[in-house]
Amino acid sequence: MAIVELKDVAKRYDSVPGKKGAEHANAVEDFNLTTKDGEFVVLVGPSGCGKSTTMRMIAGLEHNTAGEIRINGQDVSDVEPRDRDIAMVFQSYALYPHMSVYHNMAFALELKKTPKEEVKKRVQEAAKILDIEHLLDRKPRALSGGQRQRVALGRALVRQPQVFLMDEPLSNLDARLRVEMRAEITRLHRRLGVTTFYVTHDQTEAMTMGQRIVVMRDGRIQQIDTPYNLYERPVNRFVAGFIGTPSMNFLQADHQGETLKGEGFSCSLSAHQRTALGDAGQRPRCWLGIRPEHLHQVGASSGSGRLEGVIEVIEPLGPVTMAQVRIGETLVTAQLGAHPGIQIGDTLTLAFDPDHVHLFDIDSDEALGVAEAPSASSAQATA
Amino acid sequence: MSAPSTNAPPQRRAPTKRLMAPSVLFLLVWMIVPLAMTLYYSLQDYNLMMPNTRGFAGFLSYELLFTDPVFWDALLNTLLLVATCLLVTVVAGLALALLFNRTFVGRGIARTLAISPFFVMPVVTGLIWKYMLLDPVYGLFSWVMRSVGLEPIQWLSSYPLLSVVMMISWEWTPFALLILLTGLQSLPEDQLEAVRLDGANRWQEFRHIVLPHLGQVLYVVIMLESIFFLTSFAEIYATTSGGPGTATTNLPYYIYLSAFFQYDIGLSSAAAVGAVILANIFAIFLIRFVAGNLNAGSQR
Repeated sequence: MAIVELKDVAKRYDSVPGKKGAEHANAVEDFNLTTKDGEFVVLVGPSGCGKSTTMRMIAGLEHNTAGEIRINGQDVSDVEPRDRDIAMVFQSYALYPHMSVYHNMAFALELKKTPKEEVKKRVQEAAKILDIEHLLDRKPRALSGGQRQRVALGRALVRQPQVFLMDEPLSNLDARLRVEMRAEITRLHRRLGVTTFYVTHDQTEAMTMGQRIVVMRDGRIQQIDTPYNLYERPVNRFVAGFIGTPSMNFLQADHQGETLKGEGFSCSLSAHQRTALGDAGQRPRCWLGIRPEHLHQVGASSGSGRLEGVIEVIEPLGPVTMAQVRIGETLVTAQLGAHPGIQIGDTLTLAFDPDHVHLFDIDSDEALGVAEAPSASSAQATA
Repeated sequence: MSAPSTNAPPQRRAPTKRLMAPSVLFLLVWMIVPLAMTLYYSLQDYNLMMPNTRGFAGFLSYELLFTDPVFWDALLNTLLLVATCLLVTVVAGLALALLFNRTFVGRGIARTLAISPFFVMPVVTGLIWKYMLLDPVYGLFSWVMRSVGLEPIQWLSSYPLLSVVMMISWEWTPFALLILLTGLQSLPEDQLEAVRLDGANRWQEFRHIVLPHLGQVLYVVIMLESIFFLTSFAEIYATTSGGPGTATTNLPYYIYLSAFFQYDIGLSSAAAVGAVILANIFAIFLIRFVAGNLNAGSQR
């Protein structure tokens, strides 16, 4: 169990000509985070955002060029990886190919000269938790992807480390297994209560597993929050677009008095949205963001809180149907019922509740006034 | 329309033999025929100095061979040479491979330089060592010795076999380096990272991850090198000529001596058969070793 603190942590690469360019993009700047004891923190972002680099700095595989990394108050920036008492699960599993599953799991303990009986007990225990007892004599080569994944977890588990690091551990599994292992890892974490960092580029994984999620982009933290808050109150357009599938729709809107007007729609503003937007003269334009699940199919009519456009793509998913509607120059995705009764080429009218509208600055992409939770009575959609 | 489809498989298989024929023929002409001729000559009384006394001699040549103390010296020298050169080249090659696997300034140039001895012809290697390095008067080694006030060593006469080992090792260490380096470079980085996080120090990292990973590559190096070392000739020919005495006479040189100094084709052929048997003993052991490893590998 441990509290991990990262203070102004940065990773900068000297630009060496001929080196891979990707490494430069991976640099991390001003990373600040303090975990709670036993917290499950997910680092999420598009590839090259620095999430893996951050994790590797916690592990000690990369040296942080600035800042401090503290584990239980001790600065470990200059501590060798082997002395940090951290276990990591790699994306490729990194099992030792010439060792049996048992030996793979026992290896770290054997290096520490743990008594044989103790080693055996702990390996058996971990194998039981992960349901791989029958595989202990096999070599990694004779295992399926899912089994290897479990062995990799087991290898981390037997160490009983202070911190678990998981670097996209599920990305090599097929979709079904991924969902299964997702639940299993969450269950494991709840059972063991070890502080865990989990890197992924999959926002669904982040949302379902993380107690707190760090959204990163270009080496910088965008937002650190609970899954619920990230979804409800994204601080900028990037986070809003990254969290939630399908992505939030963004439309440019003109600010005219108490309404926002855009191509094919208008929307009246609630009191706190007006405050957030400020004077129309100061901020004549803004981004209006609305999630697909907050758009509803309505009969043809025009007015405030309405969007109208021609359907270009229909994706039936079973319980819901996604429809992409051309509005001006943007394609807006709407989540409709199972049987919306629509066809490509139809004109579709969509209604939305202005309460669910997110506003972003047109230049800085920062969220406007969403920090305070909108209450149902504060805004009225004038139909 | 079903008839052509049933005929198709044999038609597809048919050219295999024809395509294999050239290589089989090549092997036959270049290996089986000389081997058969060697076996035949080894049973003949055939000395070039006595062209009139030629005929079947039975195992006379083998008797002569096994009672010739020089042959036993040659056999011992051969085994010593192979074993020592293997040890030196593999250890030095591994050390250099580990070194060159790290990044440092000028690695590309250094690597090319380190590999270059392998591209020097064996005779040239012999001459370079004999005159440029080991020569007690003009040689680099003797200059170094003298410049620190020591008496130069008469390498080729005082330590003849060691000198030959040095030459062959100098020539073949790059080979081991090259193959072991490619082996090292195929080691996944994340395995090293995993073992580092598991608490291994540098030595344990090497012992438990790097060495097992190199296992099969090492066997390949040892197998190829021992077969090449068994047939070392040019370095010896160009420097010590098997001497002083029989100090550096190995089997190939013994065969050469009996054929071209004693003009005894029978004896020389018998020795050659001995060499073939020795090479096969090595090969069988090593191939079994490798095959066992490959099987173990596929069972992983």
